[in-house]
Order: sequence, then C-alpha cells, then structure tokens
Amino acid sequence: MSARNRLSRWLWLANHKDAGAAYLVLAAAMFLVGSSLSLVIRSELFAPGIQVVDPAVYNQLVTLHGLIMIFGGIMAAFVGFANMMLPAMLGAPGLWAKRASGPVFWMLPVAFALLLVTPFIGGAPQTGWTMYPPLIMQTGPALPVFIGAVCLTTVSGFASSANILATIVRCRAPGMAMLRMPLFAWTWVVTAFLIMAVMPVLAGTMLMLGADRFLGTGFFGGPDGSALLYQHLFWTFGHPEVYIMVLPAFGLVSTIIPSFARKRLFGYSSMVYATLSIGLLSFIVWSHHMFTTGQPLAAELFFMFSTMIISVPTGVKVFNWVATMWRGAMTFEAPMLFATAFVVMFMIGGFSGLMSSLAPVDFQYHDTYFVVAHFHYVLVPGSIFSMVAALYYWMPKWTGVMYSEALARIHFWWSMVTINLLFFPMHFLGLAGMPRRIADYTTQFTDFNQVISIAAGAFFAGQLIFVFNMARSLARRGPAAPARPWEGARGLEWTLASPWPRETFATPPRIAPEELAKPD
Amino acid sequence: MSVSAGRWFALAVLAVCAPAHADWQMNLSPGATAMTRQVWDLHTAMLVICALTAGGVVAVMAWSIVRHRKSRGARPADFHESIGIEIAWTVLPFLVLAAIAIPAASTLVTLYDTDNADVTIQVTGHQWLWEYRYPEAGVHFYSRLADSSRAAELGIDGAAPDQLAHYLRDVDKPLVVPVHAKIKLEITSADVIHSWWVPALGGKKDAIPGRVNKKWFRADTVGTYRGQCAELCGRGHAFMPIVVKVVSKADYLAWLQQQGGQGPAAADLPDAPADFDALARRDTLNREQAMTLGKHVYKTLCAACHQRDGAGLDAAGYPALTGSDVATGPIAEHIRQVIYGKNAMPAFGGQLSNAEIAAVVTYERNALGNSVGDQATTADVEGQR
Repeated sequence: MSARNRLSRWLWLANHKDAGAAYLVLAAAMFLVGSSLSLVIRSELFAPGIQVVDPAVYNQLVTLHGLIMIFGGIMAAFVGFANMMLPAMLGAPGLWAKRASGPVFWMLPVAFALLLVTPFIGGAPQTGWTMYPPLIMQTGPALPVFIGAVCLTTVSGFASSANILATIVRCRAPGMAMLRMPLFAWTWVVTAFLIMAVMPVLAGTMLMLGADRFLGTGFFGGPDGSALLYQHLFWTFGHPEVYIMVLPAFGLVSTIIPSFARKRLFGYSSMVYATLSIGLLSFIVWSHHMFTTGQPLAAELFFMFSTMIISVPTGVKVFNWVATMWRGAMTFEAPMLFATAFVVMFMIGGFSGLMSSLAPVDFQYHDTYFVVAHFHYVLVPGSIFSMVAALYYWMPKWTGVMYSEALARIHFWWSMVTINLLFFPMHFLGLAGMPRRIADYTTQFTDFNQVISIAAGAFFAGQLIFVFNMARSLARRGPAAPARPWEGARGLEWTLASPWPRETFATPPRIAPEELAKPD
Repeated sequence: MSVSAGRWFALAVLAVCAPAHADWQMNLSPGATAMTRQVWDLHTAMLVICALTAGGVVAVMAWSIVRHRKSRGARPADFHESIGIEIAWTVLPFLVLAAIAIPAASTLVTLYDTDNADVTIQVTGHQWLWEYRYPEAGVHFYSRLADSSRAAELGIDGAAPDQLAHYLRDVDKPLVVPVHAKIKLEITSADVIHSWWVPALGGKKDAIPGRVNKKWFRADTVGTYRGQCAELCGRGHAFMPIVVKVVSKADYLAWLQQQGGQGPAAADLPDAPADFDALARRDTLNREQAMTLGKHVYKTLCAACHQRDGAGLDAAGYPALTGSDVATGPIAEHIRQVIYGKNAMPAFGGQLSNAEIAAVVTYERNALGNSVGDQATTADVEGQR
C-alpha cells in the first residue's frame, strides 16, 4: 500500500474496522492520560496537608480527569465498539456514511489536545467537569480554548451517533429485524438518540458561557442572569449523559452473558423496553443533581419520585441477566468473569444511586465521597469492565489469536480486589462527612484515604497485565483462534473467519436463525 | 464482590496498616437534631432494603455460578422468558419504593418548613470564608480558617496537621446559637457558589449569588459541631470550615451582649421541650410541672374555644376564663366541670389523666390573667371521679 493510500485510509477511516480501531486506540490513550491525572489526585490525598500540587492545580486536575475519562475514554470507546462491531453484527459492509468517520473522528484528538493544553495557557477551569458558573468565569485566557474543545467533542459525538443510528436503521442485512438484532445494537439506538438530543444542549450552554465572557450577555450572572439556569441546562445534558455512558455497557453484557451461559438472553423484549424507558426517563430526572440548590418543594418531590422510578427498569435488566445465568451451562473465561463482575458491581453503584434519590437524605450525601463512590462504581467496574469483557470477547476475532487466559485470570482477580479497595471505602468517607473535590482534608479521614490511594496505584499497575495481554494478541502471538472461539456465542460476527477479513458482508449474508439474538 | 466483602477487605488492610487515627467513622451519624435522626432512619431503611435486595440477587447468582456450570455437567435450559415473573419483578420493586417514598416526602416537607423560627441568621459565602449576620440582634462577623490550621497546612515552624485536634475544621470565630431554638439560616453568596454544611445539624444548602436559600435546624444538645463548604468554589475550597457552637439560652444571651448585640428577651427563646407523656403519668406534680403540663393541655384542647389568652369568644357563646367565676371560684367546682363538662363544654374526664386535669386547672387559675394562687392535686381529681 502506498504512503498516499495509507494516508487516505487513516484520514477518511472509510473501513469501519479502521474507524473502530482509531476510536479504541484514542480511548486507550485517554484512559491512560485520565487515570494518570487521578493518580496525581490520589497522591495529593494520601495525607492531610498539601504535598504534591497546589490546590489551584488540583482543581484543574479534577476538571480534566472528569472530562478526559468521560469524553475521551468512555464515550470514545463505546463509539469505537459500535464502529467496529455493529456493521459485522448486523450484516452490513460498513457504516451508513462511510467517509464521515474520518473527519468526525479526527475532531476528537484535536479537542483533547486543546483540553490538555489549557493548564499551560493560564490554567484550566477549576470547576470539575460540571463547569459551573460563576466559578468558571474566573478561568483565565484558556477559557475560549476550553469551550472550543468541549464544543468540538459535542459536534463529533453528534455526528458519529447520527452515523451509527443510520447504520442500525438502514444497513441491516435482510432478516435482521429490529426486534431480532443483538441488544448491543438496541442500546446504541437509544444511546445515539440521547447523544443527538443532548450534545446540542451542551454546545449551546458552552456558547452561552462564551457569550457571557466575550459578548457581554448575562445568561448566568449579573442582575438578570441566573447561575441556576446553567445548572438546569447542564444537567439536561448531564443526566442523559450518565445513561449514554452505561447503556452500551448493558448491550455488551447482554451479548456476553448468554454466550457463556450457553443460553439465550432471558427477557429479550423486556430488555428492549427497559432500555427505551430508561432512555425516556433519563430526560425527566436531571434536577436530582440539584437537590441542595433550594428548588421549590414541588420540584424536589417530582425529581425524587421520577428518580426512584428509573431504578425499576434498571432492576429489570439485572434480574434478566441473573435469569439468563440461571440453569445455563456456564464457563468462566475472561469475558464472562468481567461481565459477571459488572453485574454485581454495577448493582452496588445502582443502589447507592437509589439511596441518593431520597432528597432529604441526599442533602447529606450530595457533593461528598459517597457520590464519588457511587458514580465510580457505575463507570469503572460498570462501564469500563464491560469494555474489558468485550475486548477479551472480540479480540480473537480481530487478531486471529487467543489471548492468554492465565494472564487474564490474574488480571481479573487483581482488578477485583484492588478496585473494591479503591472505591468501596469512599462510601465511608462520604458518610463520615468528607466533601468531594477537596485538595486537603481533616486528619479524621486519613486512614481510608491512604487505603484508597494505595489501591488506586495497585489497580492502575494491574492494568499493565491487560495491556500486555492485548498487545501480545495485536502482535499476533498466541494460539490461533477458531472462527467461533466461544462455544455458546451467537451472532453474524462469528460466521466470519478469525482474523476477520478487511472487507466483510459486501453482499448481505444469509442469516441462519440461530445467529439471531431473538430467533422467534 | 458483595458489599460486606468490600468492607472486610478495607478492614483487613487497615489492620495491617495499623491505623494512625482510631476514630474513623464508616456510617452517617445520627446527628444532634430530631430531623437528622429522621434522615438517619431513612438512610438506614434504604440501606437495609438495598443490602437485602443485593444479597438476594447475589445469592441467586452465586447458586447459579456454583451449580449451573458446564464443568459440573449442567445442560442449558431452554426458557428465555416468563411473563409472570417479569411482571412480578417490575411491580414488587415499585411497591417497595412507594413505601419508602412516603416517609421521605414527609421528612422533606418538614425540612422545607422554615416558618416560626426563633433566631434568624444571614449566612453569606465568600471565597474563602463565611460571613454571619444576626439581623434581629445586630451582630455581624466573619468566620475564617483558624490560624493553627493554616500554619499546619503550610508547615510554618514545623506545624503539621496531626498535631491539631481539628485540622481544617476550626475557625477564628464560630457561629453561636441557642440550644432548643429553631434556627433559620438565610444563605447566599457574594461571589461563586458555596454550600453550607454541618452534618450533625442537617444536610447542606447551596449558597448561590443572587439567591437566598433557607434552611433550619433545632439542636437538642449543647456542643460544638463542625463542617465545611461542600461546593467546589476555587482554590480555597478545602479551607473554609464551619464551626457551630450550640450553647444554653443564658450563654447565648451573654454572648450576644458581649458582641455588642441586642438580645431578645429570655422568654422569647424556647426551653427544653418537656416530656408531656411522662408528666401526664405522674402521681404528684410540683407547681412548675403543673404549669408546664397545664399550658400544654390548655393549648392543645381548651384554647380552641376559650382562646389562647383565655378571653373566650362571646359571639360563639364561649365564655372567657380570665376572671371567670369558675376559674377564680371554688377549685372543686372547677375540677368537676373539666371532668364532666357543662352545656357546650364536653367532658374531658375520659381522655385526660388525673395529672393532666390537675395541671390544666392549676394553669387556668394561675395564668391567662388569673392569679388565684391555689393548686389542684391528682388526689383532688381522683376524689371527684
């Protein structure tokens, strides 16, 4: 392949596998950057007193850690899995708009480069990822760069979701009816819809911040402005965003558990309806992030009740996964280990979320480490474990070789122990009264913080085993993988050879009923 | 990994690390007010519901993981849906949630009722200190991080955090409030958003520029309670603690005076609430107990017709008690009328204890503008039954 062709291949990313790989590599890099930032945070929090970074820098690290992990890590990775797998799972040759992938993707590295430059051009906002005014207005010359970077990610997210949604709706092979397709595709239908609904809200809100700064408007400050208006707009984006970061994980786990239980997914239809209702409900719960802002009583009650209700469809999903395992014939290769851990630990995160839905109690939990524990349980052993499971699951298909199961087991157990030492004690700290986003704390909180910091380092180090295992596969070292390395795996992607060819399903496949997620 | 397993891991590691501070806390504290105890009950109820549900799900899953393994010769079953069970596990959680939503809503309603406060304090958040103003008393001051904490943070003259009892939780001038009084805070900010939070006195409330948020608490124990700003407010966010000293009524009035403030009359601040149920069961009452219990009974039952001040309501035919023949005449007749009623007045003998009747009679003869001086005893009441 000539250099020119190679350039054009990686510029346009017209092949969905190239696009998927590009997103996954970017996500891996951003996970590395984002978690490195968290290691600096954990070093500072190892002991009371200021030792490692100035509180002003600490606050910037908090902001960048959140944004990089959310937009650069989790969202990019899920878009990567969608690009990589959905065409193959649906029997399509590629995405609906093939050449859109490249330009849409390349906005992201630019955006994250800009984001990471802000500390060096006057400082990133010291606000955390929520970017609340008036505090964000105290950001220096980096503010427009920062706003631009966030807006770029929203444009990219909107466009990639549109492409994914169009692919699912328009490009399925004959016989792959919507209500027979893999649940990962269904969760992406709802995720894409949510992204397309809320990315413009975030972009608009960021532009309003910019206008307040540079055009003299007073949306969020001044005599007629309202700092609370910003919070309402932000969480109109921000709460659906929470589900954007977990729905694809539900899809991945719903694909993996049946494979290793050698049994069809229990309650396929109720899974679809639960996904749809979570998607809809996610638009009417935003204000539970604002229970302490002094909203009127009626608003508090409404958002408390709507938030409690959202746990019902989420519970249905957990029950369905357990019922899928029930009376299966299970084996526990690495994808299943991580998928099982996902169910249990996502549930812990879900329950602490349900506890926080009680407004009068949330007055105590809000803005403490209890909440930090809550969303890290949902996002790390939740979303990120589902991705780890999916990588172990599909890597043999991509590379044609099997990863080392022995190393994968060590990786799993190491991660299980360290991640709970990392995040579980945060519940105690929060309940004992430690606020989040503080660079220094009173001596009473020292012990748990030390456990957490050590566990953070240990968890991070353990991921090197994973990186090594995957790198080994990517270097094509290891035993050859059969076309269907998992005995119980169904789906069109397993009808392809391992490694899969560069072009697949150029002509629509004939679909055998047993490859459908719901054959009847 | 179950919840308790995570906890045990944490404990095991702590045991190895030989904790430097043995007083660590793992759960929400019940706090120092009736409302924080109510919130603690809700927290505990929800925690138990969640733990039981999680335990149930994990138990079923664990059973399945152990028994339904291919290596044990398990063959996959063919079922993949069940309308009945799917409806059940949708409806049941809904009912459980409804059951907890009701007390939660009622607690919330009470927390939102900031009316009838005894003391109002205006709280203003600044980067990075708190400003307190007592508009009724004319007291005003700023509350900053204590110098000792600042020195320890910066390591001045070898100062270190562990040498302090309350590193970052100590201020130069604490907020001072009277015990048992309903304290209303009107919270706002002068710059960015802050959040006022003292866990033992209740949840946090945001201080938002251009907006006044209200919050109330009623501490039932004298003591010093500590908290800090809970909303990221810039570089000094970790360094704007809140210390509230809850003191006796007398100490509070003395403190106001010392601050150059104009205190309220001591009678305007409430005393410790009496345990009326215990008083009502007593065989004998001293004068003070009789007046306390009598006032309570009068306010709950008698004031509806005879009015709070005892003036009655002529238009409705409800006689005044102030200077009335019954309330200033022979005490036996007074007691008899409360027990058996008269005309429109119902008989209270059935619903009130001897102590309560004796108390309310004593109260009516020595308050509401009357000062007969005598006192009914429980034996007097028993004698007329």
